[in-house]
Amino acid sequence: MIHSGHVIKLPDNVDTDIIIPTQYMTLETIEEMVPYAFTPLRPDIPDKVRKGDILICGDNFGCGSSREQAPEIIKLLGFYCVIAKSFARIFYRNSVNNGLLVIENKKIYDRVKEGSKISIDLEMHQIQTYSGELIEFGDFPETVISIIDKGGLVNYYREMNMKDHS
Amino acid sequence: MLGLNFVDMTITEKILARAAKKNWTKPGEIITVAVDWCMTNDATTHVSIDIFNDKLNTKKIYDPDRTIFVIDHNVPSESIKTTQVQNKMRKFAKDYNIKLHDGEGICHQILLEKYVLPGQIVVAADSHTCSMGAIGAFGTGVGSTDFVGVMVTGKTWLKVPETIKFELEGQFAQGVYARDLILKIIGDIKTDGATYMAMEFGGPAIRKFTVDDRIVLCNLAVEAGAKNGIVEPDEVIEQYFKRIGRCYDKNMFFKSDTNCKYEKKHNYNLSILEPAIVSPHQVDNYDVVVKIEKDNIFIDQGFIGSCNNGRIEELRIASKILKNKKVKPKIKLIISPASRTVFLQALEEGLVEIFLNSGAIVLNPNCSVCWGACQAVLGEGEVMISTGTRNFKGRAGSPDSYIYLGSSATVAASCVAGKIVDPRNLIK
Amino acid sequence: MGYTLFEKIIRNHSSAKKLCVGSIVEVDVDRMMIHDFFTPFCIEKFHMMGFSRVKFPDRIVFIYDHLVPASFIGDYRHHKVAEEFASLQGIKNIHRHDGVCHQLMHEMGYIKSGDIVLGTDSHTTTYGALGVLATGIGYTEMAAVLGTGKLWLKIAPTIRIKIDGTLSEGTYSKDIILQILADISIDGANYKIIEFQGETIDKMSIASRLVLSNMSVEAGAKAGLIAPDAKTIQYLQKHGIKDDIDLIKSDDDAEYEAELNYRAEDFLPMVACPSSVDNCVHVCELSNIEIDQAFLGSCTNGRLEDLEIASKILRGKQVHPNVRFIVVPASIGVYREAIKKGIIELLVNAGVIINHPSCGLCAGRSGGILVDGENIISSNNRNFLGRMGGNEVNIYLGSPATVAASGLEGRIVDPRRYL
Repeated sequence: MIHSGHVIKLPDNVDTDIIIPTQYMTLETIEEMVPYAFTPLRPDIPDKVRKGDILICGDNFGCGSSREQAPEIIKLLGFYCVIAKSFARIFYRNSVNNGLLVIENKKIYDRVKEGSKISIDLEMHQIQTYSGELIEFGDFPETVISIIDKGGLVNYYREMNMKDHS
Repeated sequence: MLGLNFVDMTITEKILARAAKKNWTKPGEIITVAVDWCMTNDATTHVSIDIFNDKLNTKKIYDPDRTIFVIDHNVPSESIKTTQVQNKMRKFAKDYNIKLHDGEGICHQILLEKYVLPGQIVVAADSHTCSMGAIGAFGTGVGSTDFVGVMVTGKTWLKVPETIKFELEGQFAQGVYARDLILKIIGDIKTDGATYMAMEFGGPAIRKFTVDDRIVLCNLAVEAGAKNGIVEPDEVIEQYFKRIGRCYDKNMFFKSDTNCKYEKKHNYNLSILEPAIVSPHQVDNYDVVVKIEKDNIFIDQGFIGSCNNGRIEELRIASKILKNKKVKPKIKLIISPASRTVFLQALEEGLVEIFLNSGAIVLNPNCSVCWGACQAVLGEGEVMISTGTRNFKGRAGSPDSYIYLGSSATVAASCVAGKIVDPRNLIK
Repeated sequence: MGYTLFEKIIRNHSSAKKLCVGSIVEVDVDRMMIHDFFTPFCIEKFHMMGFSRVKFPDRIVFIYDHLVPASFIGDYRHHKVAEEFASLQGIKNIHRHDGVCHQLMHEMGYIKSGDIVLGTDSHTTTYGALGVLATGIGYTEMAAVLGTGKLWLKIAPTIRIKIDGTLSEGTYSKDIILQILADISIDGANYKIIEFQGETIDKMSIASRLVLSNMSVEAGAKAGLIAPDAKTIQYLQKHGIKDDIDLIKSDDDAEYEAELNYRAEDFLPMVACPSSVDNCVHVCELSNIEIDQAFLGSCTNGRLEDLEIASKILRGKQVHPNVRFIVVPASIGVYREAIKKGIIELLVNAGVIINHPSCGLCAGRSGGILVDGENIISSNNRNFLGRMGGNEVNIYLGSPATVAASGLEGRIVDPRRYL
């Protein structure tokens, strides 16, 4: 399956305090937090993003606090996936657990601009830039892909528990 | 004594006459008085500063040495907005050489500890300025504009109030305190029972009241609508100033003349009083705790602190109940000493350790839970018993929360019991 | 080829026969900690996953620390939800206002060397200083662990950081970790284990070791480990651990992905400048950074040792009039000890605001929020953009000594002159 979307670009070391600042984290629902996503750095993102857009980031994306609202909000904003040069550990796990597709790739960052359109082929493990350039990305561990495929850990365990009870 | 003997006057009238450089005054007269101290805190100073900056031509403070700024309401700050307001105050104080007390404790406590003397006039942008009457001074709260007026002219106009006299006799039974008395008084005369008037507390029993007790009485006078509360200064006040190492002038220890005119008189026999409980959402919604105990009012939070009940004596009372006992696990008992001085004394007396060992939460000196804007804010449906000054709807957080008022003993005992109880059960 | 400390702990918790870096294993979890910031989300996910009972209620610890005291009307909900769940599930280990989670977990005897411990907080790595494989996970993951008692993880390579020699006066473990972060940067140990070894580590107090492990996550590490020794055993026993403690350590022939070696004498007082934890300089390179606020507290540096250093510097003196100096002890235990030793009295006399043990300003919700253009020197672990108020607040991180000395002077200074 091939997905196309427009790029929103972020630099290195975007931490989870930027993705969702602390003062909004006791709002009752994640939906209420969405308008405040990225406020310290890119307050334009919540209004700018369109469903299916692709977030392309530098190194160490999602570093800092383990707040899981970070990947949840990125997913709710409508991003199809996040491609980063590298991810912080807890953020990576949290994204997988929330069914947010995360792809680690060092090459794509310098080859795209904000607003440009790219396509992602999950089967072929390829990204195609607007200029037609093809960039390959690596395989996913089995555990990871099975959780993302199910839409996240909640679905994964819900299915498992339903099977156990039936 | 000054020549204030043309007419029999109450202590309030005498203080005002002297400040107006008159030989006598009477209720109803509008006079202009020189103000000895003017004070404002972080709840409203930014408004006063804006008025000063935007609306006045002269940019001069009448007497910076007699102007006090106190940051006490939101300490430490919980928001950018609060810090902006506080920084405005800090800058203004620095620019105009005004004394600033930043996070040292509640404004009224600081004024009483460090500045105010008997016979003086204190005007401040905070309603509980009536506390000053405890040491025989005249203190009244004003709004931001009025405050600016005092700050730049050193004077203000006042209508001389009529006085209601409260004659106190007898002595408190065990487990009953000055807090229970003032709550009963307000319950009797209601929240408009002393509107525009002076509440003078006297009678034989008052001589035995400590300074802390007198502050408890005068501080809540405004909750009955009063302009000021007052107690004639005496030996107790002399001893107090000697103890804290401050000079005083005995000539300023005014007393009401024997034949002075009181608008009303109320007599109270302290011996028959019982621990009070004031229910949501008005300060005059009074009853005795023993009567409502059967209602099993479970609580989520308790508060011991505020300008009314956050001093060493109230903390000692609470510590006697909390020693070797535990606050019910799910209850938050918040204790906030009224000032740094009180906190230090509580540390020295081992009270803070008792509080921590009982499972209480000890916060820094500030208005804290009473102000309800930044520390231990109540959520929906939560119930609190407090030694604060008010129990208005939403005062401590959610509009759907409930505040009961009681003495520090009642609060401590209720937090141990998990519901509102008469403290006498826990006092040996 | 020998095993690293990390690999040994994994082997003790997994049935996997072969362990190599990069492979994924499932491990049994000894202890799970959830703090109040995330209780509603974790509990919600637990139910959504279709679990009805937690697998091991005795292994779970609920700690309220981020929202103590409640600063906003919605805060109480986090505690209410936690109480209901704990009651239904028979979870008895609840700490409602005893201090910061990462201080209580070892002070209250919940962990011991060789355990695998998870927490819904990135600084769970703190307990690595006691030889515990401790790491932070998200609340969805934790919900799954509550239901199953297990976790999958990837076998990570270890970076060995060896420090020998003696620290100079006025230089502390906080300065060490800030220098390491400057050298390897905030993703320099991404997905890896950091293991601290060496003479300097051996000589360090437990409190100082905790600082190193606590901030290992700031380099992206999965865990920051220190092999247990006699000091560790003494500490754990003092805090209620009665079990025998196995002194596990990396084999002499264990393979490390990288090795860094330091001489303790080379460390200087360091400051992390805005807005990244690896943006570190020697404190003497900063001239005239006037500060508006100083904060001493947090799971990184809120212990008795830290308060003691501050009290030494502030003894008989006054905090600078332009500085709001806030101290929050990391636990009731620390607070009590500090009272007994006269430290609290000294600090209050110096003009410090002392608040009840909790995360305080480090959590960035309340407790001294700053506005744009203000500077703060703090003993906590993060200085991200917007962490303590406006986006243009400048957060500098330093050791307790640097914080105290700077609070005295009103600008960031080298603490060595004040000791």
